[in-house]
Amino acid sequence: MKQGRFAFVVPALYILFLMTPIYWLVAMSFKTNLEITTRFTLFPETFNLDNYVKVFTDERWRAVFSNSLIYVGLNTVISIAVALPAAYAFSRYRFFGDKHLFFWLLTNRMAPAAVFTLPFFQLYSAFGLFDTHIAVALAHCLFNVPLAVWILEGFMSGVPREIDETAYVDGHSFPSFFVKIFMPLIASGIGVAAFFCFMFSWVEYLIADSLARSAVLPITTRLQALSQASGTDWGVLAAAGSLTLIPGAIVIWFVRNYIAKGFALGRV
Amino acid sequence: MKPVSQKAWFLVAPVLLLVAFTAIIPLMTVVNYSVQYVATNAQFHWVGDLWYREVLHSEKFWNALWRNLVFSGIILAIQIPLGVLIALNMPRKGWGVPTCLVLMSLPLLIPWYVVGMIWQMFGRVDIGLMGVMLRDFGYNYEGDPLDAWFTLIIMDVWHWTSLVALLAYAGLVSIPNAYYQAARIDGASGWQVFLHVQLPRMARVLTIAVLLRFMDSFMIFTEPFAVIAGGDPVFLSTELSQTVELGQRAAMSIIYFLIILLLSWVFYTVMTRDDGEPIQTGGKSGSAS
Repeated sequence: MKQGRFAFVVPALYILFLMTPIYWLVAMSFKTNLEITTRFTLFPETFNLDNYVKVFTDERWRAVFSNSLIYVGLNTVISIAVALPAAYAFSRYRFFGDKHLFFWLLTNRMAPAAVFTLPFFQLYSAFGLFDTHIAVALAHCLFNVPLAVWILEGFMSGVPREIDETAYVDGHSFPSFFVKIFMPLIASGIGVAAFFCFMFSWVEYLIADSLARSAVLPITTRLQALSQASGTDWGVLAAAGSLTLIPGAIVIWFVRNYIAKGFALGRV
Repeated sequence: MKPVSQKAWFLVAPVLLLVAFTAIIPLMTVVNYSVQYVATNAQFHWVGDLWYREVLHSEKFWNALWRNLVFSGIILAIQIPLGVLIALNMPRKGWGVPTCLVLMSLPLLIPWYVVGMIWQMFGRVDIGLMGVMLRDFGYNYEGDPLDAWFTLIIMDVWHWTSLVALLAYAGLVSIPNAYYQAARIDGASGWQVFLHVQLPRMARVLTIAVLLRFMDSFMIFTEPFAVIAGGDPVFLSTELSQTVELGQRAAMSIIYFLIILLLSWVFYTVMTRDDGEPIQTGGKSGSAS
């Protein structure tokens, strides 16, 4: 379709608007605290890496970063592993209660996290799982499993059913067909679902904060504690905040063409 | 038509078990609390619908609900037209496409607490770019609730407009070129093309965008928590986590959940309405480029 010659101005201005606060955070991370609090400078006077050195050498910062990455990784693996067979069932068969089940899964994706914080605390305490990585990973399954099922179902429905039938005629058993033939066909779908599980577990705060205390403290809880304390070390806070942008920025490159489909739960 | 097979239940069993553990048990616990009074000696007393009546007569609850609806209404009114406008003007080929997609998606992948933190720093009158600029223009930012509202709305627009733009873009690129050629032969103006070709083809993705944005803004908690640290405006999630009385909190959770359930049903109906018909999907044509 035809676009005006100056069409690029709109996305360019929008991206400028998106980047300004991010720029401010990153710029602050290179400033000294003295510069942040006493002088108003658009660019850091000197590129000062002290804040990053402080983050990387502090055992506590390293711990919270790895805690977050561990439970996010665990959650992604669990979510995809259980969602794969379920999505196949929804895309290939009709069975008693299938529509109700599919709807019920969706309601979990939409459920407000605040409703679940209190019972989660008690449930995981009762199982002795409170303050463990697996507890946060399981709790995040609340919204990530439904999401993964919906996305994978969308991708699987795009694969013609004749392929399944041919494979069975050729003598494949269900597991061998599923792993050797079907999974490579929906590899991009698995990648997108994994990306979205990673993402929603990475950005979530309320549940992770309520299930983790000392042993598995997530990165955002530490940021929260420090940013609302008095005498804040702005430079270090900005440096740690900037570092939390990196995992998202890396993985986004791989799914740039599918990100809309993922947000539409597999059905753009 | 898909074949009927009850064996499919074996395939969904793992999901069922996992979600039962993470959703049903906690929710039943909440239902249990919502009809009981927990005395100081940890004794439970049956109180029936007392907590529900209390919540439904509580001014704070209705205020929070009202604020939530106003907030969702405002951000939808800004984000949907803005997202469509951006999508219409995004490049369709060349290096601009991946650049736009990646840069626009960036805010979506920032931890929600950090989003709040970024805007809290950005808006501070002592060290933030926006706060200092507004101060220099003679406006004392910070302080009254209206400023908090303004920060929250601009932050949400910053955080989530990309989602609307990406979905609208996916809808737009799925329009076959023949449609535009036909419109040109008919002598349609740019506005008519938008109204009769582009908008109808975007209808489905835009519905998804509206519903997703509505629901997610309806449960917003983390970002306002980070920006204003528990002050006004108080939304439903904030009100919920600030309620101390166990039974009251549980009853409020159930009411909140029922509202979400109703909205999810609308969402589900819209999402599955066209299932079964072959649809030219945006994701696939996007991947081909």
